Amino acid sequence: MSNVNLNISELDRDLLNELDIYIEATVDPNGSLINILHKAQLIFGYLPHNLQLYISRKVGVDAARVNGVVSFYSYFTEKKTGKNVISLCMGTACYVKGSEKVLHKLLKTLDVQKNEVTEDKLFTVRDVRCIGACGLAPIMTVGEKVYGHVKEDMVEGILNQYRGEE
Amino acid sequence: MKNINIVINNNELSVPEGTTVLEASRNVGVDIPTLCHLELPDFGIVNKVASCRVCVVEIEGRGALSPSCAEKVYEGMVVKTDSLKAINARRSNLELLLSNHPFECLTCQKNLDCELQSLAEKLNIREIHAKGIKMDYPIDTSSNSIIKDPNKCVMCRRCETMCNEVQTVGVLSAIKRGFDVVVAPAFNLDMVDTSCTYCGQCVAVCPTAALTERNDTSRVWRALSREREHVVVQVAPAVRVAIGEMFGLEPGTISTGKLVTALRRLGFNAVFDTNFGADLTIMEEARELVHRIENNGTLPMLTSCCPAWVKFFEHQFPELLDVPSTCKSPQTMLGAIAKTYYAEKMDLNVKNLKVVSIMPCVAKKAESARPELSKEDELHVDFVLSTREFGHMIKEAGIDFTSLEDGKFDNILGESTGAGAIFGTTGGVIEAATRTAYELITGENLEKIEFEQLRGLEGIREATVSIGDLDLKIGIAHGLGNARKLLEDIKAGKANYHAIEIMACPGGCIGGGGQPYHHGDQNVIKKRQAAIYEIDKATPRRKSHENEMVLKLYDDYLGEPYGKKAHSLLHTCYVPAEKI
Repeated sequence: MSNVNLNISELDRDLLNELDIYIEATVDPNGSLINILHKAQLIFGYLPHNLQLYISRKVGVDAARVNGVVSFYSYFTEKKTGKNVISLCMGTACYVKGSEKVLHKLLKTLDVQKNEVTEDKLFTVRDVRCIGACGLAPIMTVGEKVYGHVKEDMVEGILNQYRGEE
Repeated sequence: MKNINIVINNNELSVPEGTTVLEASRNVGVDIPTLCHLELPDFGIVNKVASCRVCVVEIEGRGALSPSCAEKVYEGMVVKTDSLKAINARRSNLELLLSNHPFECLTCQKNLDCELQSLAEKLNIREIHAKGIKMDYPIDTSSNSIIKDPNKCVMCRRCETMCNEVQTVGVLSAIKRGFDVVVAPAFNLDMVDTSCTYCGQCVAVCPTAALTERNDTSRVWRALSREREHVVVQVAPAVRVAIGEMFGLEPGTISTGKLVTALRRLGFNAVFDTNFGADLTIMEEARELVHRIENNGTLPMLTSCCPAWVKFFEHQFPELLDVPSTCKSPQTMLGAIAKTYYAEKMDLNVKNLKVVSIMPCVAKKAESARPELSKEDELHVDFVLSTREFGHMIKEAGIDFTSLEDGKFDNILGESTGAGAIFGTTGGVIEAATRTAYELITGENLEKIEFEQLRGLEGIREATVSIGDLDLKIGIAHGLGNARKLLEDIKAGKANYHAIEIMACPGGCIGGGGQPYHHGDQNVIKKRQAAIYEIDKATPRRKSHENEMVLKLYDDYLGEPYGKKAHSLLHTCYVPAEKI
């Protein structure tokens, strides 16, 4: 597979140091793979193949197993994301409350495909399964921040809050 | 142990605590179908993931059906395996598996040897009611040994168990989830880009043709048909005790003579015995061991006959590359001699001489393609066929195997001793080496040839053999997971063996990835082992250094064993590799 980059030396040294500190402070790294992957995604923004291989060797879990875990959970992403990751819940409650319309509005406004990065590198839109806050349906998160009862006409306003930062 | 009283299909019975419903049902003549289930306990092989749901039964008081392979008995349990509800559920579950399976049974490599196919017949499937999307994944043909076709995978996870738990190679995992899930290497890499050892144990247990060996029979047919080519063949020790299974003979039937006749009928110009190569290996390896002991060389010395084992340590223990013997494997030693000594004797142009190996192994295919196992750009071995492929060629040629008269190997590279024969089983290589090392070190005749302490099937064994003043400490491991444990001990400086034998496959070559399928019956492998020791017993000469044709080879051509010429032709080097 030609599109697999396994060159560990291309990973950002400073970010790796941050991850190493976390792994070294973990009592049982071999049994804490998911926590380590969470941390790695927080630091790098995504989990590229060479980072998964690095973690595999550092933690002593086979790369196939690491990749199995990463590709199983929809929370983990192997693709580079924009600065702000927008997750729109497509679980049953959110869906019937109209989350699909919000998703279309988001993609149209940002002129981007699902899981891709916008041209200004600010956003990536992902649809996720139930995130357990059905009372707020339809629900959307931007980074760590949660937006409930989202409607199509609120999309522009929410996006502008993040555009202003730059 | 406490006994538990249960009822299966109105039969009352009492079984030990911890028994599964599947096991208990066999006591009352009930044959519950299984697919993912695999258990060869004496070889440490257990796959009990209950993923296929083909063995579900009704348990009184429960709404849902339960997988009998994983369900343990409890006091007062009432089981129904033959209710319409259970029968229909099993059939529906199988239909769902089949709905997503390519219907190319007629041309499939596993045709009539496929567990999914047998199950469809057993469960009386005549129509697939579920119509759905079919998978459409590329087939991985990247390696010289193993073909991986994810479209035929039923997610039984047996290959994962073999690769991860038994062999600890760690190449295969379920990747992605739901309908998209595939068993694959990390990042869906091609097999050739991973640390796969090509041991073929995934192939040995795959119930379908999702994992098979690369089929090289056409290449061999073509070589045989070319007038200008002189095609010679060699047969590994473990093939002769298993090939009969392809023709309905009992496992462990010794078919050496028939097999030689079959090869002559197929048109090979000469039929050689890899057991000769094994004797030659011992001449070199026993001397290498004595040399290392006498000259404070690296100890322990590990055997190097098994190509999956070689690949395993190159990827997993690249810092220990000086530990294994430098001896080439018997198949490549014989190939090397065929393309030099034999070619010269017969006045053959090496370019027109092809060497074919019949091996119980799929890793031997990849081994034969290693560039260092060649001389002046001519590979020592050109084609490798598994025992299974050889069986298919015999059938294709219309040869009635069971009625064949016994033939004899060509004398020149065909004579062998009992020591060469036992290379086919775990413990055999080191026993053969010990027989020769004993006489080399003491200069005395070894009276008691059989070293019982080296035999058996435990995953890791150790024994001390007194040779004169020396207490030779020997370790033996079969299965790469067991090999890993020994290697970890060596790395940690905890092991003080002189010599260690390692075979990648459970049982050694008799349980190789290229053998006729055992379909989960461990007695098949045990019977093959008993037959190997029978061959040894019945062979007039039982020490490698008493093989007259091997001695003649040294006299005529090689010079001193472990000498300069032997080194250049019969020894090799190892290459550190990455672990992925």
